[in-house]
Amino acid sequence: MEPPQLGLIEQSFNSRYSNWAREALDELPDNFTITDPCISGHPIVFASRGFLKMSGYSRDQVVGRNGRMFQGPNTCRRSVMEIREAIREERGVEISLLNYRKDGTPFWMLFRMAPVFGKDEGRVIHFVAVQVPILRRRQRRRNGEGLCGEILSNSCRREVCSSSSVELAGVSAADSDCRALEIEEKCEASDTEKQLAATAISNVLSVLTHYSESTGRLVCEKRFGPSLVSSSLHISLGRIKQSFVLVDPHLPDIPIVYASDAFLRMTGYARNEVLGQNCRFLTGVDTDPSALHQIKQSIQAQQACSVRILHYRKDKSSFWNLLHISPVRNATGKIAYFVGVQIEEGSVDRHGLSPEMRQLSVVGSIKVAVRSSSMSYSIH
Amino acid sequence: MIGKGKVGCQRGRQVADITAIHGVTRPLIHVRSVRRKLDIIQSNPSAHGGRGALPSEGGSPSDLLFLAGGERMMLRIKRVPTVVSNYQKDEGEDAARRGGGCGRNCLQKCCIPGAKLPLYTFKRAEEIPGDKCVLEHDDNQAPVAFLDSLLLGQWEDRMQRGLFRYDVTACETKVIPGRCGFMAQLNEGRHLKKRPTEFRVDKVLQPFDGNKFNFTKVGQEEVLFQFDASEDGEVQFFPDAPVDADSSPSVVAINVSPIEYGHVLLIPRILECLPQRIDRESFLLALYMAIEAGNPYFRLGYNSLGAFATINHLHFQAYYLAVPFPIEKAPTRKVTTLGDGVKISELFDYPVRGLVFEGGNTLQDLSNAVSDACIFLQDNNIPHNVLIADCGKRIFLLPQCYAEKQALGEVSSELLDTQVNPAVWEISGHMVLKRKKDYEEASEENAWRLLAEVSLSEERFEEVKALIFEACSYTLSEKEDEHLTQGAGDDKPPLEGTGSINKGRNCNMVSGTQECLVLQ
Repeated sequence: MEPPQLGLIEQSFNSRYSNWAREALDELPDNFTITDPCISGHPIVFASRGFLKMSGYSRDQVVGRNGRMFQGPNTCRRSVMEIREAIREERGVEISLLNYRKDGTPFWMLFRMAPVFGKDEGRVIHFVAVQVPILRRRQRRRNGEGLCGEILSNSCRREVCSSSSVELAGVSAADSDCRALEIEEKCEASDTEKQLAATAISNVLSVLTHYSESTGRLVCEKRFGPSLVSSSLHISLGRIKQSFVLVDPHLPDIPIVYASDAFLRMTGYARNEVLGQNCRFLTGVDTDPSALHQIKQSIQAQQACSVRILHYRKDKSSFWNLLHISPVRNATGKIAYFVGVQIEEGSVDRHGLSPEMRQLSVVGSIKVAVRSSSMSYSIH
Repeated sequence: MIGKGKVGCQRGRQVADITAIHGVTRPLIHVRSVRRKLDIIQSNPSAHGGRGALPSEGGSPSDLLFLAGGERMMLRIKRVPTVVSNYQKDEGEDAARRGGGCGRNCLQKCCIPGAKLPLYTFKRAEEIPGDKCVLEHDDNQAPVAFLDSLLLGQWEDRMQRGLFRYDVTACETKVIPGRCGFMAQLNEGRHLKKRPTEFRVDKVLQPFDGNKFNFTKVGQEEVLFQFDASEDGEVQFFPDAPVDADSSPSVVAINVSPIEYGHVLLIPRILECLPQRIDRESFLLALYMAIEAGNPYFRLGYNSLGAFATINHLHFQAYYLAVPFPIEKAPTRKVTTLGDGVKISELFDYPVRGLVFEGGNTLQDLSNAVSDACIFLQDNNIPHNVLIADCGKRIFLLPQCYAEKQALGEVSSELLDTQVNPAVWEISGHMVLKRKKDYEEASEENAWRLLAEVSLSEERFEEVKALIFEACSYTLSEKEDEHLTQGAGDDKPPLEGTGSINKGRNCNMVSGTQECLVLQ
């Protein structure tokens, strides 16, 4: 999977928070990451110094990548599933998780994640994840134990938590064999560690809310207002690499409520220029009105159709669009959206799938995503 | 039956006591306070139904049939079989079609020559330790894998061609409020208002019957693509490959009565007409499919005969549903780790008792552990269901006894009236309901109560579990003997108790975890 362009990552952060935000976040001693669920792949857009130290990676190796890079063979799959579902449901989660450093060594940490909502959008724009390493407190019958025990009881908790992974490894070298056996068992965090996590999350969230004021694009910890397309649906749709839009037939003038990155690239528009608009901006002087009519009829009849239509990009250049339109139902069984999948005539698929098959697979993926994401009663 | 025969012969008598499906009359009142020597598992007063807990209130719609003559009591139930193909007819109707050349483009000798279908070939995992699956795709945030795309596109194509009996996306569905998150769907079109057919439920292994419906009779338009291992170790796709009967192709076909979007059937080596029973090669194929699709919401399921498989032609089912299944969320308790790295856990706080298989040094190890467990169950006539989840990383094995109870009139009419046949999807927490009343009144309590009836009782599950472990470790012992490894486990104490045949044999369980004591 190619990491998303750095430009998108930068923009994810910079468009929301002022320049001072980075400095303020860098001053926090906590280990945390900030991720953007609206960028395909749900990548990390910011990693704190503490986090990089803890994991052993450099900033370049982490920003743009997904959090699963820190998982490994002994990471509990159920826990991973819990986190995945929390993301999907746009809520927070706190769970112990086994992660792996760059050098391959595993370590237990308390993972606490919280959503950040955009005030205008009413949906999640970032997730903040805090990681507090969980230290073993078990009594061990080995020589190294005394040393380990002393360090744990004498050091200030905060310092131990943010100490480098090298130091931690040094402390536990004597009982590494013992740890290996235990590493598989679920590790519960202490109250102190949970408190640390709570404080860290709070620190990060206050920085973010504070520094979003100056950009005018406010963020907050709680959802504000109804959302058009939920963030969980965004994540699912973000997996689809082809060009498509979702339009809402229940709203006046059937506006676009979702546009894929590929659509924006194909047409040359920016996302904020197309969201809320009817698709007619794609048509121009030489567009055949009968094709438009066919589209309109299919939507009214609630049926799928394929048309070959002349469309125009933002720069006024035209292209032949093999457009496929299909109704998409949600969990109520009723039509929620229509999807339009665009293929530029003459483009070739590297797998040898015909354009029709490619389009149908997009439709299928979207149908699954829309139906599933609307099933939970909590989303309604 | 390599080696398994030995297990079966020596332990035959004990196994008969477990399911009691063999013709031994056993009391309907189950003794719940069985305690064994060194058995540290406490007998909880359980919310589960257990055997014989709910006597039929009389007037039960299920028929109880006895076969006169011979010692064996044959158990049968009546149910309306699900129609999975547009070419699946009542046996009577099928017999009427005769004459050469069926003319409907099926997969039998009449139509196979010259047939072409898309072909997807997957890369086999190398047998080396380490991550065996493409980790890039194990997430709902990774790009859509190609197999995923192919399957969805082909399925949508058949949708638009009108091959399905109804539009499943037009069926209302919801997550039932509660901590488990059971899913319910109102689907009035799935079940036919037809005369119920008899199903024999007391034999998990039944020979293939060419006269009955099987998947070689489906029309080629219902087949989406062929699915096999690649010859040269690369993933490849051929949009239009000839169907080569000699290569024994495996195919993916649509289920024309889908439970959810993308509901397909994986039919291993379709032309060989294998009966519904697990073998190592076929199970591995199913596992590969889960991995290749790379989508944690694309799950595969298997129902044995006696556990609500409709058709006695080897097949797995699969579909997409992008929500977590209750069974996936259920907590588990680790029981043991096999010598080849496969971790086996047990579900707890879930209405159906079952095992979860994970890990393994190689993909084959995981696949074989589950296959061997299934083979043991089917050889010993214990109906079971299997769910492959989390892109093949977690596999659930659930022995069940609902059909047996139904045949013996032990299920309440209230539950029977819902006409829910608890197969793998229902057990995993996804219920398809045919009556609006049931859908509207669906509650976590009701779902739990239904599924509790499906579960083996605690005592019986413990017995079956212990025997499964013996079967798995027995197989591993054989493997070690074959490779002439010395000293592996020689210094480990033999397992004690319950007439274990492992006395003196290599113990392949990793010692040191308390849970190991269960076997002693």
